[in-house]
Amino acid sequence: MKKIVKHRVFWPVVALVALLLLNAIVRPSFVSITVQDGELYGTLISLLRNSAPLMLVALGMTIVIATRGIDLSVGAVMAVSGAVALTIIAQSPTPEAPGTIAIAIVAALIVTLIAGAWNGFLVAVLGIQPIIATLVLMLAGRGIALLITNGQITTVNSAPYKFMSQGYLFGFPFAFFVSIAAVVIVVLVQRRTALGMLTEAVGINPEASRLAGVRSRGIIWGAYAASGLLAGFAGILYSSNIMAADSNAAGNLIELDAILAVVLGGTSLMGGKFSIAGTVIGVFTIQTLKSTIVFLGVPSPVTPVFMAAVVIIVVAVQSPLLRGTAARAVRSIRNANSNTTEVAK
Amino acid sequence: MPVDNDVAPIIEMRGITIQFPGVKALDSVDFTLRGGEVHSLMGENGAGKSTLIKALTGVYSVDSGTITVAGEKRVFHTTSDAQAAGISTVYQEVNLCTNLSVGENVMLGHEVRRGGLIDWRATHREAARHLEALGVQLDTHTGLFSHSIAIQQLIAISRAMVTDSKVLILDEPTSSLDRGEVEQLFGVIRDLRERGVAILFVSHFLDQVYEISDRITVLRNGALVGAYDADTLPRNTLISSMIGRELEDLAELASSAARDIDRSGAPVFTATGLGKKGVLEPADLDIYEGEVVGIAGLLGSGRTELVRLMYGADRADHGKVEVHGKPTRITTPRHAIDHRIAFSSEDRRAEGIVGDLTVAENIVLGIQARRGWLRRVKRTETDAIVKEYIEALGVRPADPDRPVRNLSGGNQQKVLLARWLATAPELIILDEPTRGIDVGAKADIQRKVAELSAKGLSVVFISSEIEEVIRLAQRITVMRDRRKIGELESNGLGVDDVIDYIANEGQENVA
Amino acid sequence: MTDLKTAAPSPLSTVLGALNTFRSRHASWIPVFAALLILVIMFGVAQWWFGNFLNPRLISALLLDNAYLLVLAVGMTFVILTGGIDLSVGSVMAFTGIMCASLVSQGVPSIVAVPLMILSGAAVGLLIGVLVHYFDVQPFIASLVGMFLARGLAFLVSLRSIKVEDESILLLQSTRFRFGDFYITPTGIIALLVVVAGVLVLQYTRFGRTIYAIGGNEQSARLMGLPVTRTKILAYVISGICGGIAGLVLTAYQGSGYPLNGSGAELDTIAAVVIGGTLLAGGSGYVLGSMIGVFVYGTIATLINFLGAEQSWKRIIVGGLLLVFVVVQRVIVTRSSRRT
Repeated sequence: MKKIVKHRVFWPVVALVALLLLNAIVRPSFVSITVQDGELYGTLISLLRNSAPLMLVALGMTIVIATRGIDLSVGAVMAVSGAVALTIIAQSPTPEAPGTIAIAIVAALIVTLIAGAWNGFLVAVLGIQPIIATLVLMLAGRGIALLITNGQITTVNSAPYKFMSQGYLFGFPFAFFVSIAAVVIVVLVQRRTALGMLTEAVGINPEASRLAGVRSRGIIWGAYAASGLLAGFAGILYSSNIMAADSNAAGNLIELDAILAVVLGGTSLMGGKFSIAGTVIGVFTIQTLKSTIVFLGVPSPVTPVFMAAVVIIVVAVQSPLLRGTAARAVRSIRNANSNTTEVAK
Repeated sequence: MPVDNDVAPIIEMRGITIQFPGVKALDSVDFTLRGGEVHSLMGENGAGKSTLIKALTGVYSVDSGTITVAGEKRVFHTTSDAQAAGISTVYQEVNLCTNLSVGENVMLGHEVRRGGLIDWRATHREAARHLEALGVQLDTHTGLFSHSIAIQQLIAISRAMVTDSKVLILDEPTSSLDRGEVEQLFGVIRDLRERGVAILFVSHFLDQVYEISDRITVLRNGALVGAYDADTLPRNTLISSMIGRELEDLAELASSAARDIDRSGAPVFTATGLGKKGVLEPADLDIYEGEVVGIAGLLGSGRTELVRLMYGADRADHGKVEVHGKPTRITTPRHAIDHRIAFSSEDRRAEGIVGDLTVAENIVLGIQARRGWLRRVKRTETDAIVKEYIEALGVRPADPDRPVRNLSGGNQQKVLLARWLATAPELIILDEPTRGIDVGAKADIQRKVAELSAKGLSVVFISSEIEEVIRLAQRITVMRDRRKIGELESNGLGVDDVIDYIANEGQENVA
Repeated sequence: MTDLKTAAPSPLSTVLGALNTFRSRHASWIPVFAALLILVIMFGVAQWWFGNFLNPRLISALLLDNAYLLVLAVGMTFVILTGGIDLSVGSVMAFTGIMCASLVSQGVPSIVAVPLMILSGAAVGLLIGVLVHYFDVQPFIASLVGMFLARGLAFLVSLRSIKVEDESILLLQSTRFRFGDFYITPTGIIALLVVVAGVLVLQYTRFGRTIYAIGGNEQSARLMGLPVTRTKILAYVISGICGGIAGLVLTAYQGSGYPLNGSGAELDTIAAVVIGGTLLAGGSGYVLGSMIGVFVYGTIATLINFLGAEQSWKRIIVGGLLLVFVVVQRVIVTRSSRRT
């Protein structure tokens, strides 16, 4: 029992379940699922679909944070990705052909992979602080995206492309499968290879890792490249949803949502041990939270206030100050109850 | 320099005890400092020197005991309290702000003001005045960064005089100074002494301590060994009071000193003139297959610096390295690892263990780093290796999935040793592998070293406990004051012989 | 250094010596001069290319159109000098602006509304400072929280823009003082006063010097007995106050409050401060340099207008310039640390 409670994702899961239950009680429509033409519909289903972009971005953010870094450029990279893909489709004589779609997507992903590698270069090779290094792309990225679309919001009419975000597969939204695939791939790469452990080592103790012969530079570089690639795919999903490349709106403020998801999932901002499962829970928690706030009648531009409040609470709970006070309180209670002396660590 | 024992002491520390979880850093220590004297505080790592100073400067609060300053009992809660009591410290890293000007650094926090705003002209004038009082003439508008460490130190000292300090603590002030700069500093110290300032001088450099001090206090293992007049204290007595002897009864002491080493072929590793400016004077070292070379010397003598250069943890700017007789470039740890050299750092916590990872992951880290991220060490292989080393070294608790930070120091050290041994190195460098660990673990590690070297592993072994070095090594490299002063054959050597060698510039027979 | 006793110094060594002393005394001004040089070059090239670039109207507009950014940059300079960063300034500007517009449109006299808006800016700054100091949150996360909070609160006040009818506020922008063909409005004067105040505080008060000390070496500053925690929190409070003042300036300039104001302004501000010669690591930089950085930014924007190019180029160029400066700063830092 103790082992379950102490597990990293225990409290995040509890928080999510509590939130879901709360919603289910307050608005029963939350859990109702209808079937139409073999496709599932309902609030929960929409949640699964809409969480896909954040899921992808948060996965990349988790790995970057594990290396003691941060990637603020993910929103801008999403914009670039949409811009590249839609420009190719719009300028193609066969916008509906699967081949065109494939080329568009691959091109967008290559561009965003390069963007991620660029960030990785600044951080791992030039040694620039991650905040600043990714800030540059955060600044310039949307401008670049706008240039690619010639300052317009490029729109296209392409059913195969729309499928990415609106389509269904086996009754569930296709976007949800994209999420699952990303999570599975990341988990496989991190845990089947040694990459996960080496990334954690670099984040926990960079100097000890260096002395042990770990190639930190490559690991850090790869983390940012992966973040770029995942953000690129998120951008494709986003632009597929609105069938447009809106460089100002794409991924707007998604950075903090992603960081919050990672933190809620139990990964520390200080780097080191990370939990993909935790991030997944975190993403669903945030989406549910947003849905709840909107349901409560709060206009969506005001939701950031609640996000900020949640971050403050989470951070305060995690902080040494509160931990110290709490630990002292717990210890004094324990000492009052028994006579066992605790071995100090 | 005779000391007048009738002068009332400026600082009196009585019965100072400071306890941290698991360790008593200071055990009822007494310390007296008089105005107009230069008093050196000496002791090895863990002796309690820095703890005593931190108690005096308000960084730590004392658990029991009293501190009296100029006859008044004081309690220091913060560093500002200590400073207000007239105690100033100049640290080894010269804690000033290199982005500001000289004058500003001297007067920071005490700038001359007129009508609420800073009067820079007057401030710089004041700064120049204080500097001149120490014999330092320079343009106070220049940036602090443009001056040498020696000058920066003098600037830090004059800052202490701005606040009319009665006590000046100098923490390792000469580590980065050359001979001329040391002279200049000593001149300033003598000046201040004439003025009645009490100076607490902390240093590892024996020669300098004898040159400048009036009195010497020695700490060991958190307790006071004694306070002596520098004039009448023989070097050997000083050193043996600092290092002491291992009086514990270690069962089955491993010994390999008497083993014969075949030195006919090329050495496994040769360093010629390896050095780094300001860190280590160029030194030579070679080691043969199956040999244990010990490195002895006091703290700060350059032992760790030497091996870090050998391993590529730091970059040498002088000298060359050969592996099996072939010239090799070793400038990063990866180079060393590729040549089957392993290194276990003396700072377990900061440079050794990856705390949040498990015992198994820590052990396998060395192998995994060599193989790269793609080729993951299979679960079965990991389990086998981990099991083997947990047993062989006696890691307790024998749980491979426990986070390594929850283990005791001794067991953490064993895990680190396992990490390196698992990579099957040809040469392993162990820096203070037995420091701060329990007797049982110590014996285990020593036994392992003797056993492996007998099977052909070359070992470089650093330890502050000379007995340990004599028992395990065939040859001993002796270091002092960032220089290698010589080499000894350890067979038949006693602890006093080595202490003698360290103390007296080495006129001993070197085989 | 100390008494250098050499034989009769040669002319070359005297010149080199003087150069070294100059470099040592004024090292941190060098990046500022670089920024000034860039500005002058831009002016020169623009003038040569367009012929009528440098006219009084354009220069006056340069100050007034970017007055809000100038105020933000002064506050940001304080924070970056301590080695921190404040990503909330754009949102604070929007929040305080719309709050003011909302208050005056409900009849609250501006003499009450304006101090209130500045106080709320200070409150956000205080929150960020407390998060960083007492809860160990990294500065940029703490300021991101501030940014989200302020942005959300702005929308809470109003989802749409609110027109300002209050005469006293509108006067701030409509009044023009003429000097020949140059003109300036009270908003411009406010911005310049903020700059002057910034210079005075940073260069002539102990608080200001503590800010520099913290940026240079926080540990040393602490050991030297300086009030580090209080100073760092105050730096964020000052940034928040500047956010409030910028809100006033922008609201007066636009004649209305708009909750989406200042989106991305924090990045522009950081870019202006860095381009103006302030080191991101802290400890070196000047308010006057940040002012030059703002003018560089403004000139780029004006040039883009003149060229009829896409507005998106502005952010790209600014981003690129920021990158160049950051990389150069990094190279200089690595070089000097390798020398020691």
